[in-house]
Amino acid sequence: MTEANITSAKIAARNVDVFYGQKKAINDVSIDIDNGIVTAFIGPSGCGKSTFLRTLNRMNDTIAGARVDGQILLDGEDIYAPSMDSVALRARVGMVFQKPNPFPKSIYENIAYGPRIHGLASAKSDMDRIVENALTKAGLWEEVKDRLNDAGTALSGGQQQRLCIARAIAVSPEVILMDEPCSALDPIATARIEELIDELKESFAIVIVTHSMQQAARVSQRTAFFHLGSMVEYGETDQIFTNPRETRTKDYITGRYG
Amino acid sequence: MVDHTVKAFDSEIGQLRGLVAEMGGLAEVAIRDAITALVHHDEELAAQVVAADARLDALEAEVDRLAVRTIALRAPMADDLRDVIAALKISGVIERIGDYAKNIAKRVNALEGRMKIDPVTLVPTMAEIAESMVRDVLNAYGSRDATLAVEVIKRDQKLDQFYNTLFRSLLTHMMENPATITSAAQLLFIARNLERIGDHATNVAEMVYYAATGEYCTERDSLTDDTSSGMLS
Repeated sequence: MTEANITSAKIAARNVDVFYGQKKAINDVSIDIDNGIVTAFIGPSGCGKSTFLRTLNRMNDTIAGARVDGQILLDGEDIYAPSMDSVALRARVGMVFQKPNPFPKSIYENIAYGPRIHGLASAKSDMDRIVENALTKAGLWEEVKDRLNDAGTALSGGQQQRLCIARAIAVSPEVILMDEPCSALDPIATARIEELIDELKESFAIVIVTHSMQQAARVSQRTAFFHLGSMVEYGETDQIFTNPRETRTKDYITGRYG
Repeated sequence: MVDHTVKAFDSEIGQLRGLVAEMGGLAEVAIRDAITALVHHDEELAAQVVAADARLDALEAEVDRLAVRTIALRAPMADDLRDVIAALKISGVIERIGDYAKNIAKRVNALEGRMKIDPVTLVPTMAEIAESMVRDVLNAYGSRDATLAVEVIKRDQKLDQFYNTLFRSLLTHMMENPATITSAAQLLFIARNLERIGDHATNVAEMVYYAATGEYCTERDSLTDDTSSGMLS
């Protein structure tokens, strides 16, 4: 598809279908995701938004019977091409999950693990710099700099989630995918993550799946509404929330979805 | 329109719209009564119009409270959000329309020997147009009818033309009959009030249009407001 290849989008999905065995979970989704902004995926449970998010760094590869048709291009390169190394891909397209999932290791090791396996640091001083840099960007450095050897799991929920974001940042990704990153956090920890997302969008393309429409409205510049495996509407966030074009979008965001 | 999953949300929006509709009805009656009082020199009716305005003020405050509460508690989105914002703004404008009607009523006493002035016959016709604009714009609000809203916006031109005609003939009349200048000036203020009511109804129409369609109405841009040039001619 030459048309897809000339797009300036960071990620361009073209006619993507996803199957779990015989079941079609995603139906013909095409979307351009740009650098420097936050893109939110919203929709009711089971609409396919998380499934679609997971196709963007091939997380579905790990699920038996999952199959992706169509094209997903990262900087014009097909991420499902046989030549694509999925481990290298996931370093470029990082992911943060719903529940903070730090490794059962020290705070330092949580961050250092990725850069080490990707060979990003040779000397200890390089690694120290990467760890400090990632924790600083994630807004956690000041809180943990004196106890880097403490267990990551000993941090509070909000701190753990920022640790996971720092871990994702540490391998210098280009895109960060977030699947309900705040649903296990209290409002203050949520606000800190949202502020962080706003800062990080300068350096990365960010895609966030959220059940909270208020959160989508607060953090994103573009919003895509998914329903029954299809992308119903995709547009500027302020347009989606003040004047959606599609009745299904309107019914969902105004709480009329039944 | 499909109901909200949370029923209380529907009843709050319904309540807001009901309050705005009630305000519109009161404003319409105020205009009609003020003009009737004027034409029949009915000071008692004029006093009633002045007193009734307090109810409009109270309703406006109630709309304010309910709208703020709904925004805070329900976080309305899309057409709900536009509905709430429109209710908030429209209630403020209708309150102003009520003030203009009250102002007309207050001038009933001051207007002596009014029947000697020819141009006075234009005032009830002008008032009818203003009143019809208020009535129709509230109907458009009730039925979310953008087409009717645009029609109201267009009708404002007619009111402006009436005002310009009245302005010129009153000016001529004052020059020819300096003794009636006080009454003629009062009448001029009344005409000006009616013209302003039309402008406010136009504002409401634009809000109705926005609430109904989500788009900003550009109708007025294509029409020319020549009331200010009328002042100079």
